[in-house]
Amino acid sequence: MKSHVWRPLFVVLVVIALVLVARTLLVPADFGVGARGYMYGWHRAGNEQQWKDMKVKYKTAAFCKDCHPDKYDEMKESPHRNINCENCHGPALNHPDDPKSLTIDRSRELCARCHTRLPYPNSGRGIMKGIDPKTHNVGLDCVTCHWPHDPRKEGHKK
Amino acid sequence: MISRRSFCKKSLLFAGGLAIPLSCLELFDPKRLLAEKDQKGPRWVFLVDTRKCVGCGFCVKGCKVENEVPYDANVTRTWVERYVVTTDGKTHIDSPKGARDGFPNKGIDIGHGKLEEIKDDDIDKAFFVPKLCNQCDNPPCVQVCPVGATYQTADGVVLIDRSWCIGCGYCIMGCPYGVRFFHPVFHVAEKCNFCYHRITKGMQTACVDSCAFGARRVGNLRDPEDPVTKVIMTERVNVLKEEYGTKPQVFYLGLSKEVK
Repeated sequence: MKSHVWRPLFVVLVVIALVLVARTLLVPADFGVGARGYMYGWHRAGNEQQWKDMKVKYKTAAFCKDCHPDKYDEMKESPHRNINCENCHGPALNHPDDPKSLTIDRSRELCARCHTRLPYPNSGRGIMKGIDPKTHNVGLDCVTCHWPHDPRKEGHKK
Repeated sequence: MISRRSFCKKSLLFAGGLAIPLSCLELFDPKRLLAEKDQKGPRWVFLVDTRKCVGCGFCVKGCKVENEVPYDANVTRTWVERYVVTTDGKTHIDSPKGARDGFPNKGIDIGHGKLEEIKDDDIDKAFFVPKLCNQCDNPPCVQVCPVGATYQTADGVVLIDRSWCIGCGYCIMGCPYGVRFFHPVFHVAEKCNFCYHRITKGMQTACVDSCAFGARRVGNLRDPEDPVTKVIMTERVNVLKEEYGTKPQVFYLGLSKEVK
């Protein structure tokens, strides 16, 4: 056969070779079919570890308990026993190495999340003790009268 | 000279003959068979009890902080919806800021900063429904990804490779539950991953830990002794948008027909 037939074929082969070389250079070695098959598991395997390595910010009451057993025990006897310390005290982050990283929220808005009265008959909200924040001691922090760790006790006295 | 009839016959035969070995390859791909047979390790699922949820929104706050979703941007991996059904048959639904600050107003948020007040006597039923990624067994968001940036792990969680995502947005359109969004900082697709860094360390997700009412629970469906698995297997649980065939793995207790 004459060369005018072969020449474009060579060009095509060179292009294919270039694409293959570029592919081996650009695609990470761990890219491939994972546990969920080609349709759902086609990915870079190293990324799973990257997600696992993300920093844990909320360390739960079990972490607070080691240094603050008194607070932990007070909470466990309280009607607020199911509320995690970090819901109001902020995520532990680097605490205790960096105590300032805690952001304690004493605002009315925080308490109002649960204790704004909403008369909803089919949800747990309907049976919760609630107030109307627009009329209930406006301007005062809730913690002035109510002790958040155990709301049966009196609040902060100034 | 070949006739038209014999040409058609032969080409059909040829194409059919080619298809047989291809289908064999598909049937006996050992990697795929192994993947389907392998049932070791956990399969993470979620259980939401809508009867217990009070709409405090601590889960949304906890999630945004834990997963570094910009706090003031109006995007969130999980959110809580409020449903108020009135005596005139209307359903009022809202989720101000995804309920990041709970539901500070009694009125329903109808957008543009306006509230629709509802009289207490007009309420037939009202409840809260937390939403998050369903980690579907047939995730449509994964099928549509053109580059393999989103995928499902062996334990059922759908993850996004931030360094590989090109930001085309197909997955955001493909999710029937609307759980995906653009991350305003990384400019890639973002979604709930059941706090993958926590559950793989034996912890609970941030939303489960911040829920004081036990409305949210995460469990392993492959462990028959798991309390969440026991509830899913023995109680009347429901899933969202079953008709889409996505096989969602977030199960709901106390779901109502108004919930979409």
